[in-house]
Amino acid sequence: MSFFTSAKRFLLCSIIAYLILKGLFLSGFLTEYIQQIILFSFIAILTSLGLNVIYGYTGQFSLGHAGFYGIGAYTAAYLGAVFKVESIFSFLPILFLGGAAAGIVGYAVGVPILRLRDDFLAIATLGFGILVRVLLDNSDRAIEILGGSRGFIGIPKIVNLEIAFFTMVFLILVTRNLIFSRYGLFWQCIKDDELAATAFGINTARMKLMAFTYGCFLAGVGGALYAYLYSFLHPSNFDFLRSIDFLIIVIVGGMGSITGTIYAGLLWVTVIEGLRIGLPAQALEFRWVLIPIFLIMVMMWKPFGLLARRESKFLGLGKGE
Amino acid sequence: MKALEVSGLKKSFGGVQAVDGLAFSVEEYETLGIIGPNGAGKTTLFNLITGLYRPDAGEVLFFGRRLDHVPAHRLAHLGITRTFQNLRLFNGLTVSQNLTAPILGMHGYGLSSAVFRRRRYFKQERSAEEKAHVLLEFFQLADKGSLGANNLSYGEQRKLELARALSTNPRLLLIDEPGAGMNPREIRDLLATLRQVKEHFRLTIVLIEHQMGLVMNLSDRVLVMDFGEKIAEGTPAEVRKDRKVIEAYLGDELKTC
Repeated sequence: MSFFTSAKRFLLCSIIAYLILKGLFLSGFLTEYIQQIILFSFIAILTSLGLNVIYGYTGQFSLGHAGFYGIGAYTAAYLGAVFKVESIFSFLPILFLGGAAAGIVGYAVGVPILRLRDDFLAIATLGFGILVRVLLDNSDRAIEILGGSRGFIGIPKIVNLEIAFFTMVFLILVTRNLIFSRYGLFWQCIKDDELAATAFGINTARMKLMAFTYGCFLAGVGGALYAYLYSFLHPSNFDFLRSIDFLIIVIVGGMGSITGTIYAGLLWVTVIEGLRIGLPAQALEFRWVLIPIFLIMVMMWKPFGLLARRESKFLGLGKGE
Repeated sequence: MKALEVSGLKKSFGGVQAVDGLAFSVEEYETLGIIGPNGAGKTTLFNLITGLYRPDAGEVLFFGRRLDHVPAHRLAHLGITRTFQNLRLFNGLTVSQNLTAPILGMHGYGLSSAVFRRRRYFKQERSAEEKAHVLLEFFQLADKGSLGANNLSYGEQRKLELARALSTNPRLLLIDEPGAGMNPREIRDLLATLRQVKEHFRLTIVLIEHQMGLVMNLSDRVLVMDFGEKIAEGTPAEVRKDRKVIEAYLGDELKTC
């Protein structure tokens, strides 16, 4: 088993990045608010990576990704409240269960809808995303603690730099190993030509479902981290517009590039939050003029995203040894 | 032994009877050419054999085993592969990956081998790459393995499609119009390649083709289709002389052959 030895370069880069971040966090140079944004960017990367597996690699256009992100967040928050989770060690299984819940729902939803393609699949997943939002809005009628449209309050703040960062690093590595295995190869075959993939022995229905389930799992883990980072959940954080955020990260970074998702996730959070800090208060709404212009420029300059289908050799995200 | 046996095969689309009670068989290691005018039902026949369509009636036997109700993705595992009339390569993958994907579909490893990079992962990946390399060498594409498949020339893409169809060690190879869109020089090249394939791999081949030169040169037997039915069958020489065939299809071309 060479899970770690086949990724020496990536792990080295990760540890250096961690040490730099840790230093910055300890220096008191960064405000609490900026620290939170940095951790959120890891969550955005992780969740977008899930969408990249679904859309970028396998070609399944999903507009409901935030729905799975929300399922992960609410499941983790609910289980945490039921089992009175307050320490890091009891949080880790909750983190996994949040992802698993999103994965299971993704599987159940995927069985009927993944036979649809392109725009039809987009409509079906869009519908699912809206459904989740409506259910969350009314969730307090079934389970009081979920809070419905008032929001889920009182979640302990457990997620720190270590948890967010190393969960992301670990799952990026798992994703890389999947992408550079036969499964990733099959996913890309399906994206290119589903019929030819079938003719060459690939069980396309099964592989599509697998990619979708795994992508939803990543979204669920992202959601669980989100819940225990912000300690407050509101259905509006998991609506259709949030799905678009993840979609933008995937497309700007490059469909079918892990590196691209990492860069674009960092860039996206920096641009959105950076403008919030950088712009004067009365011009804050001006962000939504600048951001679309920025997106149009990126798409004209790099229509296939910043990295297209490439991976960074520097980060060691290729196939590895 | 009969590699392929088709009997009473029927398929209609709306009011059009695309394949109408077709029956024929192919002996193991034989090459059967199928010709017929456009719309005669040739490609429909391939899609019926490869499970992309379900027949309305009739059956297809592969070495005595019924193929209807076998899911389409199982056929490569049973030993049937095909090429497509309009190229259907995996264009986002490299030339080499176009071959390793089907190979790894046959001889794989489990999910945990993939995620944890167990020894089996490396072993299977390496053997797939080696096998792909051997095939690429056979088709003179070895130096292009790491290029994107869509960077190859048209003739090379045709070769890659053939290589991909051979990558899973099929017993029956269905070739759908390999000469479509090729100029006479490329056709000559293709003929040489197909001859090599026939000699080097012990295979049963069913070939659909419009280019008379190709079919008559390669086939042991030729079957002529028109309006979904068989109108003639025999050796290339016999078929050339058949009056019905001349009327339906060959027409003036016979004089120039």
